Amino acid sequence: MQSYDSLAAVQAAISTSSLTLEQLVNNYLHRINANQHLNAFVEVFVDEAIQKAQLIDKKIKNGTAGKLAGMVIGIKDNICYKNHKVSASSKILEGFTSIYSSTVVERLLAEDAIIIGRLNCDEFAMGGSNETSYYGPVLNAADTTKVSGGSSGGSAVAVQADLCLAALGTDTGGSVRQPAAFCGVVGLKPTYGRVSRHGIIAFASSFDQVGPITKSIEDAALLLEVIAGKDEYDGTATSIPVPNYSNELNFNGKARIAYLDETLNSEGLDPEIRALMQQNIDLLRADGHTVEEAHFPLLDYVVPTYYILTTAEASSNLARYDGVHYGYRSPQAIDLESTYKKSRTEGFGLEVKRRIMLGTFVLSAGYYDAYYAKAQRVRRMIMDNLNEILSKYDFILLPNAPTTAWNLGEKLKDPVVMYLEDIFTVQASLSGLPAISVPVGQHSNNLPIGLQLIGKKFDEAGLLSFSKILLNINKKA
Amino acid sequence: MIRNTVYDNYELVVGLEVHAQLSTNTKIFCADSAAFGAEPNCNISPISLGLPGTLPKLNQKVVEYAIKLGLATNGTINKYNAFDRKNYFYADLPKGYQISQDAKPISVGGHIEVNLKDGTRKKIHLHHIHMEEDAGKSMHDQDPFNSCIDLNRAGVPLLEIVSEPDLRSSEQAAQYLTEMRKLLRYLDICDGNMEEGSMRCDANISVRLKGSKEYGTRCEVKNMNSIKNVQRAIDFEFKRQIDVLEAGGTITQNTLNFDASTGVTSVLRTKEMANDYRYFPEPDLLPVVVTDEYIKSVQAELPLLPEQLIHKYTTEYGLPEYDAIVLTDNKQFALYFNEVVKFTSNYKAAANWMMGAVKSYLNDQVIEITSFQLKPKQLAAIINLIDDGRINNSVANQQVFPELLKHPEKNVEQLTHELEVFIEADDNELIGFIDQVLDKYPEKVKEYHKGKKNLIGLFMGDVMKLSKGKIDPKSANKLMIDRLELHK
Repeated sequence: MQSYDSLAAVQAAISTSSLTLEQLVNNYLHRINANQHLNAFVEVFVDEAIQKAQLIDKKIKNGTAGKLAGMVIGIKDNICYKNHKVSASSKILEGFTSIYSSTVVERLLAEDAIIIGRLNCDEFAMGGSNETSYYGPVLNAADTTKVSGGSSGGSAVAVQADLCLAALGTDTGGSVRQPAAFCGVVGLKPTYGRVSRHGIIAFASSFDQVGPITKSIEDAALLLEVIAGKDEYDGTATSIPVPNYSNELNFNGKARIAYLDETLNSEGLDPEIRALMQQNIDLLRADGHTVEEAHFPLLDYVVPTYYILTTAEASSNLARYDGVHYGYRSPQAIDLESTYKKSRTEGFGLEVKRRIMLGTFVLSAGYYDAYYAKAQRVRRMIMDNLNEILSKYDFILLPNAPTTAWNLGEKLKDPVVMYLEDIFTVQASLSGLPAISVPVGQHSNNLPIGLQLIGKKFDEAGLLSFSKILLNINKKA
Repeated sequence: MIRNTVYDNYELVVGLEVHAQLSTNTKIFCADSAAFGAEPNCNISPISLGLPGTLPKLNQKVVEYAIKLGLATNGTINKYNAFDRKNYFYADLPKGYQISQDAKPISVGGHIEVNLKDGTRKKIHLHHIHMEEDAGKSMHDQDPFNSCIDLNRAGVPLLEIVSEPDLRSSEQAAQYLTEMRKLLRYLDICDGNMEEGSMRCDANISVRLKGSKEYGTRCEVKNMNSIKNVQRAIDFEFKRQIDVLEAGGTITQNTLNFDASTGVTSVLRTKEMANDYRYFPEPDLLPVVVTDEYIKSVQAELPLLPEQLIHKYTTEYGLPEYDAIVLTDNKQFALYFNEVVKFTSNYKAAANWMMGAVKSYLNDQVIEITSFQLKPKQLAAIINLIDDGRINNSVANQQVFPELLKHPEKNVEQLTHELEVFIEADDNELIGFIDQVLDKYPEKVKEYHKGKKNLIGLFMGDVMKLSKGKIDPKSANKLMIDRLELHK
């Protein structure tokens, strides 16, 4: 089948009558079927997708179709869609059906996107390799012995392997950007508050953001402009107007870019990724941009701070999965207390339980000040540090991850080793800043490498348009 | 004389936590109805159910109501308000946490004044007032094998009003609750119905030797659904704690349950069993910042509160304090009185009619003033007829008022006319009636002149009968004294 890299390409093919949406959906369904071993989808909405395609084909003919007509998209299994199952890839929500749709789904549907299925992820989005999923790991399509990255591993692989045109993921500490980097696709984490979290199964409320995973910057821009904006169901979603990102993709002038000494010279950074960073710095300079070194002395604190705060929030957010009202209830439960203990013990996986325990600990009496309160203060310092840099520069360029995708199972034994993989993605999360992973290179191990740009608060327009420059100078090189 | 007992050596120390359910239309964090009494689990959206992915959205009305109470209790309104999560597991708490305020409550400090039996007033200080959501309701008596959960109440807005440990007797506690309920009703933010649970109270109770500066170990008593029961629980605990101490024991800081049928407290959970609530800032809600301007606008809309009304009645209307307190005991009653005095300037008469005839009619009928069939203007009209000397007081009380209650649609003037009770008799007629009566009681007249002056009441009663009430009692009384002199 012909592969399409952007919605514009799909729409062009449809407009010349060389393609119908129904054919496109059938092609994707065929590819999903042929690539089941990747384990990207938890559920495929086969009949519904075909019916929708037929309907939207008619709308296209009548000229009444929305701007996402032709967009065949998958959604991470933590995004609620009315009358569809949603499980956060956890046993505790196996078989649970949402009775309402998330705001992002409502907005996609309103513009005639077709949601083709729900995508595998780490359980409750907790993980960086998609190996904590109740449904098993997602395999990297570039090398099936490697992890997909996570937690939106299914979303990244589905786009990477051409199982759908785009996907929505969620990013709490890098869960969109890191799998996108591991799979060679574009992954955008918007500014905290840019996209409504209504209908997103919460992991850490003050970090979670929905973001698109796409093959092109154009599609990321288009999806963001559809899903972003204020929402009466989410008070943390900002009322700052949403620009037409897709019309603002030409970056004007020359940018000022900072790279962080501490990240570039980080001990654990793969030498080839460091070299690619260096090469990109040179390319940007050659293109007339200013690239300078900046300092981020708090780098060593970002991972501990992130894990204290996110686990604290998660321990509370996941309290509702108690076997009483919905979701998994242990058959051994005989009273209220055993309902809680047994349902949660049996329903949650190891990593989720580890984080609930950690989060409960850091909030408990006697430890709150030493952990949670201190981490809050460090978060503020990290934020101030990055905002200070961004007051002098337009963007910060840094690696996405210290390495390329690792072997399945390789880091599962030691959670600390796994957590340290987040070292380059969590600072944008802690600061609420927008960040994007741009696929710019390939490692000698044949795995993709993505570099990360962090932008100013709510400057997704700048971030997206400059990402095109970064992508283009790498293509030329 | 009551014998001095060991209990007299101790002082009671009580602080109360009052939960007031706000009478907003919708819940605190979603658009579900907050009404009481619906069929179980009817006012429940995904948000009330705590379904995955749902988020709270603050109902601004709750902030307004909270500020109203904060201002009315002389508290300091926090301009920067944050919500916190209080984490604990319970079957009727769908999210596994309650959204509350811990570190930054909406109102800090303040006080209310209460009247005590001995006629003195006491200031009870408040620690703070905070906003939070109610939990659902667990029902254990609906099914023999299962507990049932009704989530209609989950998310209904509450104000928790925490007093300082200023209360020194169960009477003070009862008065405090009475005053607080009155205030909530005047502000029209809570119906204050303890039986339906729209106002609930927990009491922190301790004892200490008189003169001691240190507080004793306190116990928190829950589950008291009337002011009377709060009083009973406090009295019981006072004795129980002293008995423990006097027997050489110590008080353990427990949470207690009060059983209204036995009047006894029992341990609900010990300190060791207490939850660690792991409060932390609610990340799903932005802090609520209130401006000085907004606080001023809420202040400007506050109704006159009992204190202010009492002041107005005693100073502007010259009413005795007792009258003012009785009139303001119930907001609607006071509002009715305010209407009556728009149509008559005889404030004392208006107060008397309200506290006498009107109140006893309401009590007899077991209705509220809001269901009273007479308009304030009609009541004022009766008072004005008396003041103008056109009907006499007893006729007004015994004939006009009862007849008007039967025919509230009638005009007072017209009704009085139909009853033929306008004062019509001239002095000659009156003298005729008086002489007739005095002639009837020659012996009594002699006794009168010997000093039994109160016999005049008997004579007047008969004159009234003869005249069918159509006389002005004042002039009749004067004439009667004159005529008695002639009958020596």
